[in-house]
Amino acid sequence: MAKREIIKKRVPVPERDPKERVKDFKEVKLGYTPQLAMEEAKRCLQCPHSPCVKACPVNVPIPQFIKLIEEGKFVEAARKIKEENILPSVCGRVCPQEIQCEGACVVGKVGDPVAIGALEAFAGDHEASVGYEKIVITEKRNKKVAIVGSGPAGIACAADLLKMGYEVTIFEALHEPGGVLVYGIPEFRLPNEIVERELSFLKEMGAKIELNFIVGKTKTVYELLEEFDAVFIGSGAGLPYMLNIEGLNLNGVYSANEFLTRVLFMGAYKFPETDTPVFTGKRLAVIGGGNTAMDVARTALRLKEVEEVMVIYRRSKEEMPARVEEVRHAEEEGVIFKTLTNPVRFVGENGWIKGIECVRMELGEPDESGRRKPIPVPGSEFIIEVDSVVMAIGQGPNPVVVDGVKEIKRGKKGEIIVDPETLMTDLPGVFAGGDVIRGGSTVIVAMGDGRKAARGIHEYLSRKQ
Amino acid sequence: MFRIVKKRELAENVDEFIIEAPLIAKKAKPGQFVIIRVNAKGERIPLTIADKDPEAGTITLMVQRVGKSTYHLSCFDEGNSIRDVVGPLGKPTHIEKWGHVVAVGGGLGLAPIHHIAQGVKEAGNELTVIMGFRRKELIFWEDRMELLADRVIVTTNDGSYGMKGLVTDALRNLLDSGTKVDMVICAGPVPMMKAVADLTRDYGVPTVASLNPIMVDGTGMCGACRVTVGGEVKFACVDGPEFDAHQVDFDELMNRLKMFREKEEEAFKEFQRKHCGCHGR
Repeated sequence: MAKREIIKKRVPVPERDPKERVKDFKEVKLGYTPQLAMEEAKRCLQCPHSPCVKACPVNVPIPQFIKLIEEGKFVEAARKIKEENILPSVCGRVCPQEIQCEGACVVGKVGDPVAIGALEAFAGDHEASVGYEKIVITEKRNKKVAIVGSGPAGIACAADLLKMGYEVTIFEALHEPGGVLVYGIPEFRLPNEIVERELSFLKEMGAKIELNFIVGKTKTVYELLEEFDAVFIGSGAGLPYMLNIEGLNLNGVYSANEFLTRVLFMGAYKFPETDTPVFTGKRLAVIGGGNTAMDVARTALRLKEVEEVMVIYRRSKEEMPARVEEVRHAEEEGVIFKTLTNPVRFVGENGWIKGIECVRMELGEPDESGRRKPIPVPGSEFIIEVDSVVMAIGQGPNPVVVDGVKEIKRGKKGEIIVDPETLMTDLPGVFAGGDVIRGGSTVIVAMGDGRKAARGIHEYLSRKQ
Repeated sequence: MFRIVKKRELAENVDEFIIEAPLIAKKAKPGQFVIIRVNAKGERIPLTIADKDPEAGTITLMVQRVGKSTYHLSCFDEGNSIRDVVGPLGKPTHIEKWGHVVAVGGGLGLAPIHHIAQGVKEAGNELTVIMGFRRKELIFWEDRMELLADRVIVTTNDGSYGMKGLVTDALRNLLDSGTKVDMVICAGPVPMMKAVADLTRDYGVPTVASLNPIMVDGTGMCGACRVTVGGEVKFACVDGPEFDAHQVDFDELMNRLKMFREKEEEAFKEFQRKHCGCHGR
């Protein structure tokens, strides 16, 4: 094959105008058209050593699917991705490609990396628009697996087990399935209909989904083991961290989980058409610099009541763990960034938050995370006036599922300890993956865990036979 | 969907619902609650499990009409279904054989008190129930408490039934009479629980309160229900809902219950304007 010429400039992904998009919750990115996708696909060098594939947590055959797009074989491209990742439309949108596939892209060394994420989303969306291929399950195994949690880890684990012929029941604590994909990621980044269609695909494959079922409460893990041959716990990181400072329990102070759950999952943005309220006032501050902080800030901007949204972060913009694209989107939409600023106290009046006392920070030597450590500047305290504040400073594994299950060991942050190869816990037949074994991670890593656990479960049950 | 097996109005603005929820009925212990959602647009509201029948596979919920969701729910009839019921949530009441237990319930607080009283009695305790209402028309379940407890004292604020006064007046009389009280468990409006806690603190009687903060998921995921107990922040949904009443910051709880009041009133007005009649479906 003739050596390809490097095209440095990426075909831009069409996006909605910031002034328009900030008025609603519809998706910000419009995605590639077939022509644009084929044009972008041409930029892939088809490197034989494919560093992009190695940088992908689930090793999606990236050059191969891009080649298929270039040839106009969009459905085939989607199916090629699905050999390794059953949620291309989701991952194409929410993966941190810049530190995974696109970060490793050879074209990226001299120009813009190939838009692998946008191409993946395009392929997934295209396949959905023409209709999914029906997966025929040839081999039926007379074994049942319970999956705890219907988020990315559970979905990936369920899909692989179904393909292998296992009977799968997914237990979801909330009243709608999808986990963090529906309660945590806003629709303007990931429309719910995409999650719904992936879940309906799973149901067509034979998965049963039990909603309003809290494992650990409605039934225990032990009880599941009586009914099922194996259990996979993919219950996520449903325990919000709070800033333990004065005024934490003032009215108007939320965790990111509460704020996003109210506004997005419960539909408070449509109140009073829906019954769940949210109080914001005119000025809302978000504390934190991760993707969740950006999601909260952009969600808040879209609420009628809100006039001003600021992000308060203790380091500088360069150290923000949020994706560059999310920060850019937030800025374009009008979010104000107050960096090198650390909250020390929530200031209240009659039980309601009125301000955040902050201290200015400066950056010192790098800490264990490799980022420069923020150090408070003495005497630099000042007050930022707000009507509400949302803490987006991370979350850990929720203990409810395995509460009282002594055999399952947990680490310092409450994460479930598993065998790194099989993802089995110390309780035989019980596996775990995703945020519940890692604390906060990504959708794609959770899906990788789900698949790994599916293999572990298969080996375990094959041995048991 | 969760079918309503039986519904009746127990008192002014208070409905009793018996709901088919076999898994929850099997598991429910005193002190635990469920979260329900009437329909696809509904909010998630926590309701204590007042009673259960594991054989019939039903749980009993008491609902006081105070706002949109509860009025909406009262439109539901026998045979209708509630969209979501999840549970049992929260830690069960810690029950021991203490000796003489006084269970104090105000208004809808009788729902948790009923289930807790069952557990207290089963553990072999002597049980006094003090039940307080504003007036006669609001009283419910006196008969059931009579069957359960060794002694029942009913108070009404206006004296239209039973003893005139507050539950704390009845409790003080009891404590002053020299009757030994080993444990007090209370549930009801926050000012009532606070008054009970203040009273029993003076008498040195251990007291537990079943709290009723705002909740969303009920599994410790959001932290809406945080309360301060002994200076520490707790999530009532997973760490409670019962706490040492002498350690609870009731003023904070009262304030937090006001967080969405304006919005709730707005929604309720809108609901009344449209005047329901929909039965939720």
